[in-house]
Amino acid sequence: MAGPESDLLPQLILPDGVCNPVRNVCKPLPAVKTYGCQVAKNSERKIEMEIKVVRKVLDVNDTMAAQNRKMFAEKNIFVLNVMSSPGSGKTTILEKTLARAEIKSAVIVGDICTTNDADRLAGTGVPVVQVNTDEFGGDCHLAAHVIGNAAANLDLDAIDLLIVENVGNLVCPAEFDIGEDARVVVLSVTEGEDKPLKYPLMFRVCNAALLNKTDLLPYLDYDKEMAVRYIHQIQPEMPVFEVSAKTEEGFDPWLEWLRNCVRQKLVKQNAN
Amino acid sequence: MHEMGIAMQVAEIATASIPDNMKDVRVEKVNLKVGRLAAVVPASLRFCFEIITKDTALSGAELHIEEIPVVARCRECDTEWTIAGPVFTCERCKSGSVEILSGQELNIESIEIADE
Repeated sequence: MAGPESDLLPQLILPDGVCNPVRNVCKPLPAVKTYGCQVAKNSERKIEMEIKVVRKVLDVNDTMAAQNRKMFAEKNIFVLNVMSSPGSGKTTILEKTLARAEIKSAVIVGDICTTNDADRLAGTGVPVVQVNTDEFGGDCHLAAHVIGNAAANLDLDAIDLLIVENVGNLVCPAEFDIGEDARVVVLSVTEGEDKPLKYPLMFRVCNAALLNKTDLLPYLDYDKEMAVRYIHQIQPEMPVFEVSAKTEEGFDPWLEWLRNCVRQKLVKQNAN
Repeated sequence: MHEMGIAMQVAEIATASIPDNMKDVRVEKVNLKVGRLAAVVPASLRFCFEIITKDTALSGAELHIEEIPVVARCRECDTEWTIAGPVFTCERCKSGSVEILSGQELNIESIEIADE
């Protein structure tokens, strides 16, 4: 198009191939164009800006978790985060574990309400702190700052192992770093073999699994091999300990794994 | 399940990201990256965010959520692939030694502000 205005207008992309659409580039319009009259100026347009943030939403929690981790390392304490759905047998497993492990231990128990679990675990003679999340709205998981505060109630110089019994929930606790050294998930044979497929994040972030209530297998149609296969589909190298908290069958390998974890941390800390 | 707590954190970080010399602006958009493995439901998060930000600088801001796929890399054969279902073994060599490269994010990338 000829004329004085042609430099101001974007070039047309013609379908007949005279202007090759690939090589043709639209010229940007100038801020103010005049065709014999004033046009609205930029001052009426919104000034828009994008500000880069690039921060993890859980930054605050992660910072606190790092502080916890440092504190527990200075005190030579191995921290184990125990998670599961409600009713899988976490508390009973821990009662039996604490009675037999022969490790100087303490426990922080998280529940939305009641002190039932702490009362049961206190029966083992081990120091226990109960955290009830209903004070802050009924949180469905334990967060790092809660663990930091709870640990202040314990004599950290007197223990080598701190167990955190998390709120019964297979979803949210997997998201929150609390400063632990390892995470364990408890699954029971009354829950369905495909639990790992339904809660992949939980099984991805854990270091070991306990398959509990094996004493009930003769009364169930549970396919134990399938459950273990599904666990390994999500976390291929995960050790799975088949146990019965009731009869304590299968406890020896689990206890040995735990003792080994505590030993290795002590060795690592002393080497640093 | 805890989208309210997450919405509060998002609101806090977004508000803190508004530069000091621009305190009268209106935030139009908050851009998040949420991995498909993260335990967050976008619709619930938006709902909670709307409630939390009422009568604040973030009021009316759109919560734009980019869902990040779960991408894995096999440590044995170096194959990279997008995980579509609950299988975390290498799609090529079936090894279990797999590294997750993306899909667990819960990040605020940026905020977009308008000065009216």
